Amino acid sequence: MTDTIPTDTIRTDTIPTDTVETGSRGTGTVLTDRGPTGGVDPGTGAGVGPPDHVPGPPVIPPFSIVPVRGLPIVAVLLIGLVVAISTNSLWALDFFHVGGGGLWTSIDLFVGLVLGPIIGSMSVQARVEFTTRFMPKMVLIMPTLVAMTLGAGFQLARHLGNLSAAYPHHAWLVVSYVIVAVMAVIALGLLEPANLAVLFELKKPRPNGERIGRLMKIFIYTAGVTGIMQIATIVIMTFLASR
Amino acid sequence: MTTAPPTMPPGLGPDAADLRQSELPPTARLGTLTLAMTVAGGVVMAAQYGRNPSLSAPIALAAAAGFVLVVNVALLSRVKAFAWAAFFRVLGWALLAYFVIAGILEFVFVFDHTPSHQLALFSVLLFLFATDVPLILAFSVARWQLLPEVDAAPV
Repeated sequence: MTDTIPTDTIRTDTIPTDTVETGSRGTGTVLTDRGPTGGVDPGTGAGVGPPDHVPGPPVIPPFSIVPVRGLPIVAVLLIGLVVAISTNSLWALDFFHVGGGGLWTSIDLFVGLVLGPIIGSMSVQARVEFTTRFMPKMVLIMPTLVAMTLGAGFQLARHLGNLSAAYPHHAWLVVSYVIVAVMAVIALGLLEPANLAVLFELKKPRPNGERIGRLMKIFIYTAGVTGIMQIATIVIMTFLASR
Repeated sequence: MTTAPPTMPPGLGPDAADLRQSELPPTARLGTLTLAMTVAGGVVMAAQYGRNPSLSAPIALAAAAGFVLVVNVALLSRVKAFAWAAFFRVLGWALLAYFVIAGILEFVFVFDHTPSHQLALFSVLLFLFATDVPLILAFSVARWQLLPEVDAAPV
């Protein structure tokens, strides 16, 4: 899953808020980034000159769908998780659960509510460069954080006796299960498939910009929705931790 | 303010992959349904952890999820014009990744001496999870891939 991009000329399609058309460049996959009427600033709507004077087609830089250099870090974290579970170390379980959950929540909220609107206002070239650098990392980071958070969380709750139906706040724990379940369905059924589909689309000799825009919207919106649901989880978890 | 013309410039709009979508089975939706039932079964099981649980609801959810998964695979296997190479490429890697995740969770249940009936049901749910998610991922990628015999013609 680590192909390089062909070095031929590419046609492209639309990306939200920008109109694109056929373009060519000597190297790399290219998307064009100019208005159909000769160049319109997407921010102001003002004309920015004839077609010949607008920026050239963006180039898709080479990228790996799975960043292989990150795999050893993932392996170390997962081995650490197994060790934490098998030793029932309270500190280690806390570390993986709180650390993983905090990062999971923060990344979801940051991507959905901060980065999302920023990406929407960027030029096509900037979006392409951001996407090809950002999305492969998410392929590794998010599943690892989810495994850390849930695996350590289950064991921590069992270790502390919180899983028992006799636990006074058991109902709150069940509510958190339901929230996590909904988030899991959204993340695995919509978010992660959109992430992968964008990366494979960008690997094509002729990426479809309109499709990339649609898929990126799914990614950003679902990240935001799961991030907001994470806030509910944080409320429950901090409530339980303070009892 | 200048506005875009009502007609699309040359090279825009749906491509061959878009036109093929209506011919594909609802694999992503069925996969998400399977996932929802699997996760719901897991939630019911986890909510009853540590006591003598009624397994009727989780068994029903697991059976329904398994049935939908089998139907999903059967429907997809009947599709001829599909980027099977890309599908199996993603499926293989995703199966590896999700079986590792499911394996870690299975390890937790075994390590915690989960009672045999519950452990068996957890194992079935984890198997469904680790099989269904890669199916969704592989389909989501392959559905948009080029088919050499269809898409090779110049545009």
